Amino acid sequence: MERKEWPLWEVFVRSKNGLDHKHCGSVHAPDARLALQVARDVYTRRQEGVSIWVVRASDIVASDPDAKPELFDPAEDKIYRHPTFYTLPDEVNHM
Amino acid sequence: MYTQALDIPQPKGEPKGPRVVENADYQAEFDAKIDAGGFIEAKDWMPEAYRKTLVRQISQHAHSEIVGMLPEGNWITRAPSLKRKAILLAKVQDEGGHGLYLYAAAETLGVSRDELYEALLDGRAKYSSIFNYPTLTWADIGVIGWLVDGAAIMNQIPLCKCSYGPYSRAMVRICKEESFHQRQGYDLLLQMMKGTPEQREMVQDAVNRWWWPSIMMFGPHDKDSQHSETSMRWGIKRISNDDLRQKFVDATVKQAEVLGITLPDPDLKWNEARGHYDFGAIDWEEFWSTVNGHGQCNVDRIAARRKAWEEGAWVREAALEHARKQAAREKVAA
Ligand SMILES: [Fe+2]
Ligand SMILES: [Fe+2]
Repeated sequence: MERKEWPLWEVFVRSKNGLDHKHCGSVHAPDARLALQVARDVYTRRQEGVSIWVVRASDIVASDPDAKPELFDPAEDKIYRHPTFYTLPDEVNHM
Repeated sequence: MYTQALDIPQPKGEPKGPRVVENADYQAEFDAKIDAGGFIEAKDWMPEAYRKTLVRQISQHAHSEIVGMLPEGNWITRAPSLKRKAILLAKVQDEGGHGLYLYAAAETLGVSRDELYEALLDGRAKYSSIFNYPTLTWADIGVIGWLVDGAAIMNQIPLCKCSYGPYSRAMVRICKEESFHQRQGYDLLLQMMKGTPEQREMVQDAVNRWWWPSIMMFGPHDKDSQHSETSMRWGIKRISNDDLRQKFVDATVKQAEVLGITLPDPDLKWNEARGHYDFGAIDWEEFWSTVNGHGQCNVDRIAARRKAWEEGAWVREAALEHARKQAAREKVAA
């Protein structure tokens, strides 16, 4: 069998206004219009969304999993970036 | 969705994908993640055997969903009311969706959907034995929802916590949809049981035919299950086949009682000491012969999938060609 595969698209759905679009899976489709149509049938059969984005999977640039330490570990020792780092007197601690 | 064939070996032609170099440091990191109950994501390093096991399991699972559309699809045009027809259409569409979620999850492991699908069409890949039984009457539709989807739910809930992120997320989505499948089936049967003696007989007959195949869906006994131990170690499988089967039997007895039918097993009885129901011996010969292609409907099922695939080929190609022309036109216009 010769394969003529449809390209892969990543699907992002906004579940309701006020919330971000969130990645929910992928679909195969020949073009953007059909990708939207397929995504609607596959991922929003029960009112899971009010808006859909589709992005060609090949257009997504992702960080390298091997670069995880140098990318994300430096934030580990910067605890002063969090409000809990600061202990204030009880009377004003709800600040 | 129906995962039974989980640990059924693939005879030959394992799907290929990126080679993963074995590396002791990476292996240690992987083991630590698994031990801590963490998730492995698509681009993370993973042992080749872990990847292969997942490709086999997820694709068998996806095939089961897609083949599973056939026995029920058989009754869509003959549903007894518009309401039941709408419900059945929605259910069968869900099963198609489940197949798509799962193929997408499998594709994150470096195989393509068409490649996996080819393995189904040319008989290399396995799928759940349950779909090789015929749906003879309308009562079968109710019994499939109640017992087959019911068994599938038992099987699938632990998979929501599976160590492979894309698989576990697909399973969460699927499990949310399965409960409707089981309830609509039971509801259909309840209604038939309020009908004529013939209708009640139809329900009992359907239960008689589907009960044993349903409890076979949990797969071979633990002692005969060749992939179980490593799958447990890797957090792919969380509860053993026999434990899941027992849970299912225990849960179903009461439901059968409320429905007013008899489960076709003279050995089925409460065991006070074990705190579980005992049940009779399973006919494993029938199970293996069905898994290996000699069930009542294996040939028809694959023929139906092949026909749909082949007759849809020109549509898929035309859509690709249209997209290519459209893109070229836009380029010229720009
Ligand atoms: Fe399903
Ligand atoms: Fe289902």
